[in-house]
Amino acid sequence: MAILNAPTFQEIVFQLKKYWGDRGCIIQEPYDVEVGAGTSCPETFLRALGPQPYRTAYVQPSRRPADGRYGENPNRLYKHTQLQVILKPTPADVIDQYMGSLEAIGIDLRKHDLKLEEDNWENPSLGAWGVGWQVMLDGLEITQFTYFQQCGGIDLDLVPAEITYGLERLTAFLQGVDSVYDITWTQGVTYRDVRFQDELQYSVYNFELADVPTLWNLFDIHESEARRLLRLYADSEDKGRFPLLATYDHVLKCSNLFNTLDARGAISVTERVATIGRIRKLAVGVAESWLEQRLQQNAALRTAEEQAVC
Amino acid sequence: MLNLLLEIGCEEIPDWMLGGALEYLGGAVGEFLKSRQLGGESIRTDATPRRLVVRAANVASRQTDSEERIWGPAKNAPAPAVAGFAKKQGVEIAQLEVLSDGKAEKYSYVRKIQGQSAVNLLSAAFPPLILKTPFPKTMYWPGKNGPRFIRPIRWVVALLGDEVIPFEIAGVKSSNESSGHRKLGAGRFAVNHANYEQRLRENFVLLSADERRDKIRAVPIRYRCDNELLNTLVNLTEWPTPITGSFDRQFLSLPKEVLITVMRHHQKYFSVEAPDGSLAPQFVAVTNTDGDPDGLIRQGNERVLKARFNDARFFWDTDMKKPLVERVPDLAHITFQAKLGSYFEKTERILALVRELGGGADAERAAFLAKVDLTTELVKEFTELQGVVGGLYARAQGEPEEVAIAIQDQYKPESMEDAIPRSAAGRFLSIADKLDTLRGCFRIGLIPSGSKDPFALRRAAQGIVKILVEGHFRLPIRSLLGDDAQLQEFFLDRVCYYFREIRDFKYDEVNAVLASGWSDLVDVEERLNAVREVRPTANFEPLAASFKRIRNILRQAQVDGAAGPVHPERLESGPEADLYRAFERVRGETATLDYRGALAAIAGLRPAVDLFFDKVLVNAPDPDLRRNRLTLLHNMLVEFSTIADFSEIVTNF
Repeated sequence: MAILNAPTFQEIVFQLKKYWGDRGCIIQEPYDVEVGAGTSCPETFLRALGPQPYRTAYVQPSRRPADGRYGENPNRLYKHTQLQVILKPTPADVIDQYMGSLEAIGIDLRKHDLKLEEDNWENPSLGAWGVGWQVMLDGLEITQFTYFQQCGGIDLDLVPAEITYGLERLTAFLQGVDSVYDITWTQGVTYRDVRFQDELQYSVYNFELADVPTLWNLFDIHESEARRLLRLYADSEDKGRFPLLATYDHVLKCSNLFNTLDARGAISVTERVATIGRIRKLAVGVAESWLEQRLQQNAALRTAEEQAVC
Repeated sequence: MLNLLLEIGCEEIPDWMLGGALEYLGGAVGEFLKSRQLGGESIRTDATPRRLVVRAANVASRQTDSEERIWGPAKNAPAPAVAGFAKKQGVEIAQLEVLSDGKAEKYSYVRKIQGQSAVNLLSAAFPPLILKTPFPKTMYWPGKNGPRFIRPIRWVVALLGDEVIPFEIAGVKSSNESSGHRKLGAGRFAVNHANYEQRLRENFVLLSADERRDKIRAVPIRYRCDNELLNTLVNLTEWPTPITGSFDRQFLSLPKEVLITVMRHHQKYFSVEAPDGSLAPQFVAVTNTDGDPDGLIRQGNERVLKARFNDARFFWDTDMKKPLVERVPDLAHITFQAKLGSYFEKTERILALVRELGGGADAERAAFLAKVDLTTELVKEFTELQGVVGGLYARAQGEPEEVAIAIQDQYKPESMEDAIPRSAAGRFLSIADKLDTLRGCFRIGLIPSGSKDPFALRRAAQGIVKILVEGHFRLPIRSLLGDDAQLQEFFLDRVCYYFREIRDFKYDEVNAVLASGWSDLVDVEERLNAVREVRPTANFEPLAASFKRIRNILRQAQVDGAAGPVHPERLESGPEADLYRAFERVRGETATLDYRGALAAIAGLRPAVDLFFDKVLVNAPDPDLRRNRLTLLHNMLVEFSTIADFSEIVTNF
């Protein structure tokens, strides 16, 4: 019972970007290193640190190797699409603003049932956690809403609100389709047309063909590069120009390799804890260095948007 | 006298935390009013997800005035000292009095203390009082050093009479303006004491949890009563409206346990019963709206449920392709605990234990298959259904019903309120599984301390106790636990807890009975029942006191171990010989009596014991005589302590 005149997948993306752009957010493009969630992107993980206000919104394709289903499951995807919004500090009317965004994409909240149910969020490999809710619309979880408290094990100076929309779910809801593959991406093109091969091929790779020793090898390489860089940073004379962003990319690589190894069933329970600890150590190292670097530069981001925030 | 209203407006508070917050706030406000002599009656608390409310009646507008005498320098003090005192008090020297404080004549002054206004006191008290509300997990905002609360506070109503109690908390100024339902109500509206609840109602907020509960229950359909879920929904909504939806009958071919779990735990729906008690293809969802005229909410929920059920069916079909038996070797890949090996190894140990206990063929088969459901997709998705899912697959794959039921019940009892497994096979399996976990964890030093008990060993031990006693299993639990002293002590603690807290036996009775052994918990229960019944009789407690005396005498005389037989020819005629005869007679009787009869017979020894202690000197000068007397007492103590150690009974004698 597809709903006529419902917005397409890409129209929803346009509208949400416009909505948050109008509210002072920098509209970023997806980060170009593979991540499991928009939270891991430097736009969130690093920008959340320190006293500088910041607002951003971006779409982030998010890879979860273990969730791949060869394109056969109507609701589960290896790579789903998040729309990530960061409002730092959190405006007092943040929930009203969020509800406004739903109305902007055509959901009349007077005719629907919206509930905020407790759901706290934690990412142990990033040393990050917060409290918040899962937002339920007519029984469907459409958004994760989190007040960050820590990133990289560091208490945050300003608490950002992180609003993460699950775009496939939201679109399927609006279009009244039962399978994400039936979503209309744009007129005449379905989600299946665009994404089915990704789902199938990455499932085959992640579950069948990924070579475990190679992945471990890659993990070790990225880990040691990140470590090497963090050591260099510590000894660096001119910290202001040190490539911490490049360092962080290697941490993200480790994280994605870990997820792939996990999907492959190659990580035992004890290894799991130890490996998460290894990634966390790197993430904490980058976070602490980044914060120091930013404070030293005293380089607050001066933009018109920021003025609006204050 | 005035009414007090405090409403803390907050972003959505987790449903399960409302009760604790209200308990604290009601108590703290009441105590504050009392401690400042401000009166305050009928303190009432209410909450919705977005507000915590405290109201009180008969609050004084200000404290009554009082007086205090201030003592100054002595009468003969130099003039500047007196002037200084007067200046400090802000009065003229002429206004000072010279009086004796009981020791010396001194200058003094009666200071009038004006009572403070309640509004002033409350405006200073409320911010810290509110922020002290204990929540299990708080957050800070808008930045470091900001306040901590469960979620951001967005408005505060604070009224005493018509006056706003002015204060600021977390950047929010108190006012007389409340806020309505997020979507259906106004964002800001003024309230007073008289119209508060009515104004909320006009803005689609039902303040009373009872009223919200009634509104949820008023569904013209027979749904499964589930108070826990009902309370959750009451605390998740400000304007609850139940709606009924349905799902395709074809899903009823899935086990109802799976369907109910999806509805209950994942969607917070009530499931619906057909007139014959079976599951109907319907559900009740509770919305936070004023209705669903276009059916959009119903359709949305139906679609979500359909997707969830499709997932479950997909998992069910996938799992069924590989029968449980073929999955047993896969357990080798699932770690139970790093040092205790995989679930395959655990399965082998459970199986051996079930054999050792004599569980029988069904229990052994159930043990063999018990953990296999951990390899299934359905359990990975619905972890709370482990065991249950295994039982369902076993049945569907043609295992005997006894085996299926035993697998299904293996984690029971999950709490002290939960029932024990239904069948003997299930009980053997449950005991063997828990016993293995206990023995293994204690062996490698994973011993619970304080609130840390990651393997739920307390619950495991408690479960064994409950099954043994309530299932009338006469298993030699002490030898089954092995000779680990820490485990024995830990388990004994749970035995004590069970009989005291769950079964309400008095602690000294439990101590007395357990001191006489606890190898068989069914026997422990029988002895406890006997003690409880015989205890109120006249002779029991005095006799218990005498036994305590006997024990002390023997300890002082350093008599222990087998003291040998009594020599009747050395007994003095009179009380001593009488006691011996009574002892011999009761010993003969108890051999044929049940515990209650035996205890009654032992209690009947009291007059003979009393007379003995009254008339006979135990520490006789003649060593043979003395040894014989001590032997008599020792033998009595040993003989009659097999049911309970009476010296553990607390008496007033």
